[in-house]
Amino acid sequence: MEILIKFLVAAVGAGTPLLFGTVGEILTEKTGHLNLGVEGMMSIGACVGFMVGYYTDNFALAILASAAAGAFSALIYAVLTVTFMANQNVTGLTLTIFGIGFANFIGIFILNKTPEGTLKLPENITAAMRGISISGLSELPVVGELLFSYSPFVYIGIIIACISAWYLNHTKAGLNLKAVGENPGAADAAGIKVTSVKYRNIILGGAICGIGGVYCSMIINGGVWISNNVGGLGWIAVALVIFANWQPAYAILGSFVFGALRVLKYYIPQSVLPFPIAFYDMLPFLITALVLVISSMRKSGRINLPAALGLNYFREER
Amino acid sequence: MGGHEYDRPFLYFERAGNIMAEQGKNLYAIECKKITKTFGQVVANDEIDLNVRYGEILALLGENGSGKTTLMNMLSGIYHPDSGQIFIGGKEVKINSPVDAMNLGIGMIHQHFKLVEAFPAMDNIILGTQGKKEKNKVTSEKIKAISQTYGLEIEPEKYVCEMSVSEKQTVEILKVLYKGAEILILDEPTAVLTPQETERLFQILRKMKEKGCAIIIITHKLQEVLAISDRVTILRKGKSIDTVETSSCDAQKLTELMVGRPVSLEIERPIMENRETILKVVDLTVNKSDGSKAIDDISFDIRKGEILGVAGVAGSGQKELCEAIAGLLPASKGAVLFNKENLLGKTPSEIIEKGVSMSFVPEDRLGMGLVASMGMTDNMLLKSYQKGKGPFISRKPARELADSLIKKLGIVTPGTETPVRLLSGGNVQKVLLGREIESSPSVLITAYPVRGLDINSSYTVYDLLNEQKKKNVAVMYIGEDLDVLLELSDRIMVLCHGKITGIVDAAKTTKEEIGMMMTGENRSEDKEKEAQA
Repeated sequence: MEILIKFLVAAVGAGTPLLFGTVGEILTEKTGHLNLGVEGMMSIGACVGFMVGYYTDNFALAILASAAAGAFSALIYAVLTVTFMANQNVTGLTLTIFGIGFANFIGIFILNKTPEGTLKLPENITAAMRGISISGLSELPVVGELLFSYSPFVYIGIIIACISAWYLNHTKAGLNLKAVGENPGAADAAGIKVTSVKYRNIILGGAICGIGGVYCSMIINGGVWISNNVGGLGWIAVALVIFANWQPAYAILGSFVFGALRVLKYYIPQSVLPFPIAFYDMLPFLITALVLVISSMRKSGRINLPAALGLNYFREER
Repeated sequence: MGGHEYDRPFLYFERAGNIMAEQGKNLYAIECKKITKTFGQVVANDEIDLNVRYGEILALLGENGSGKTTLMNMLSGIYHPDSGQIFIGGKEVKINSPVDAMNLGIGMIHQHFKLVEAFPAMDNIILGTQGKKEKNKVTSEKIKAISQTYGLEIEPEKYVCEMSVSEKQTVEILKVLYKGAEILILDEPTAVLTPQETERLFQILRKMKEKGCAIIIITHKLQEVLAISDRVTILRKGKSIDTVETSSCDAQKLTELMVGRPVSLEIERPIMENRETILKVVDLTVNKSDGSKAIDDISFDIRKGEILGVAGVAGSGQKELCEAIAGLLPASKGAVLFNKENLLGKTPSEIIEKGVSMSFVPEDRLGMGLVASMGMTDNMLLKSYQKGKGPFISRKPARELADSLIKKLGIVTPGTETPVRLLSGGNVQKVLLGREIESSPSVLITAYPVRGLDINSSYTVYDLLNEQKKKNVAVMYIGEDLDVLLELSDRIMVLCHGKITGIVDAAKTTKEEIGMMMTGENRSEDKEKEAQA
């Protein structure tokens, strides 16, 4: 029982960066733009957020910086694909390569300047990131640990996912966004400013991805900078968008399931299932591939795939 | 309409009427002066003048590429004119975006519907409106109120992807009315409707006219121009040629103005002797991918030296029927007998070798049959390269064929190697049809060969088909325009929801009768026969 609770708590922790990445990418894809640069945007967010945290020792500032960095990298993507109508896949892949390279470069550059040879976040900020404790609630048996023991990131992520779900399904801005992703020509004819809607939501999505990135750099490795700290999570997030059927609410479930897969190796003793560790490392990617296969075979039910996903929109095209 | 109209930014008829009384009859809803628009080297609109009054229906007539749609796109803010002035209600305006157009009370109903398929009607209608999102019930009430005023029928909760073409058009009309449009522009609204649906649309338009709306309708069909409009403005090659009162005109005169020279509007129907059956379809059933029946147990035959017209609302199974005969779609039941040999189960290339040829012109015109980015030569090769021996392709015969088609059919193209997507719609269709005819088939199936073509090009296509008929080819012609079907075909078969609702002699039937059968009513004579039996 105890180990199960520990496992679930760890799963939520491991799923949180995926949650940010997935929700960010859902907002992006709902504009009809497939941004394969999630990994890159998360890496840039991870790097900038970590460095701001390292120098200012301020948790809130670090998160804001990571969101701003993610938003900026999404802006690059938006300028290229929305305004200059570059190929979305190529642009996204390039952003990923650029983002990882940028983060590693800055990381090593600053690392080399430190006398100790390691980059470790100051005490103040690591304390702020630790699990919360609400007196009276966090002490409750089982529930306390399962619901009220996480890092603030987890709650921020869930709140963002819920707000996104409400935004998409119950507001006019969300309706406009969905219309742009489904049929930009129709949205344009209805007087929606297609370009502006695309920019705003792509940038917003990037900001959310950026926060997911800073979780990777600040929490996963216990506050120590290492290179490639996002490590492929961005790619899983892209696949999770399909798993979640483009719905932020499902993204919460999906990312925690994948979080569980990632931490499974620590909770299944070798004596029970004698698989090599590498098998567990492979598992999320294997399941991702399976999800893609299954979801492409699924025919029944409403598939929320935006009809104009991947197609750039040019009003005067003849 | 309740208090709704007070939200509207622009004049209603009552108000317009007052101003009209003050200023005399000079007030136009829209007045365009010397509008010019160029795309690169091409002058799409050359100093065009056009005007419409409130409470008037103006028809805009012109051949393909005469600049009708370009002009209307400028009024709805999608393009910007290079020069010229636009006046709305007497005031000069600049329309920079669809929002501007909407605020000026201009609503455009596009030829290809601008609807989000994944939304219900209601969401499509409120799309782009300002302010907070209301409760669905409130919106739904408002929509119902507007539809009652104009006699429209709609289910606000229904998803667009589940709607028929006519329902979708209703949503389009409601969309602009909901936003307070009183100047409506309809771009070829009847292209996809049955005669009954067209008549209903016209009733709606007349009602709008009564309420004081200014309406511009673009259409190719002269009968409709004569039926609905008050005045006609004719465009030719980007210039406005003339504006005439409809009552002083007939189809012949309008055609002359549009084409620039007298054109015969007769379609000949040569009668061929000894028409023996060459292709017999027996109890054919074809399923769609979702398991429902696209073609439901139909039987008919096609004879040598005749044109069998096929009428039906779009999506009644025409496409599946073509594909099943051509061997592209498997049939679940029945047989297609060609000279008493079953074609079902044979591959498309085997069927082509037997002499059954199909040319299907889909809505996007290029989708089936031609490769858009290849030149004419390569497109000719598509059908013949397998016959060549060895691994190499001989391009010479194909190039010669392409050259001969250009001469014979008057295809306008810079050269045989120019990608066909750069040709205009009419020329693309000539390439496709020409290639099919050149393979000298004994059965020619052609679907929508005149889709989107202007009068001149259409008549070239009809002549081509008649020429084949005279060579004793059996032609199956799937068409949209009932007037043409009636004149061109020997017999007309009507499809509705995958079933045949009747096969009639084209010389003896009427448009109304075909229209009734298209909506599912079996031919009255059949019923009488049944009653007698």
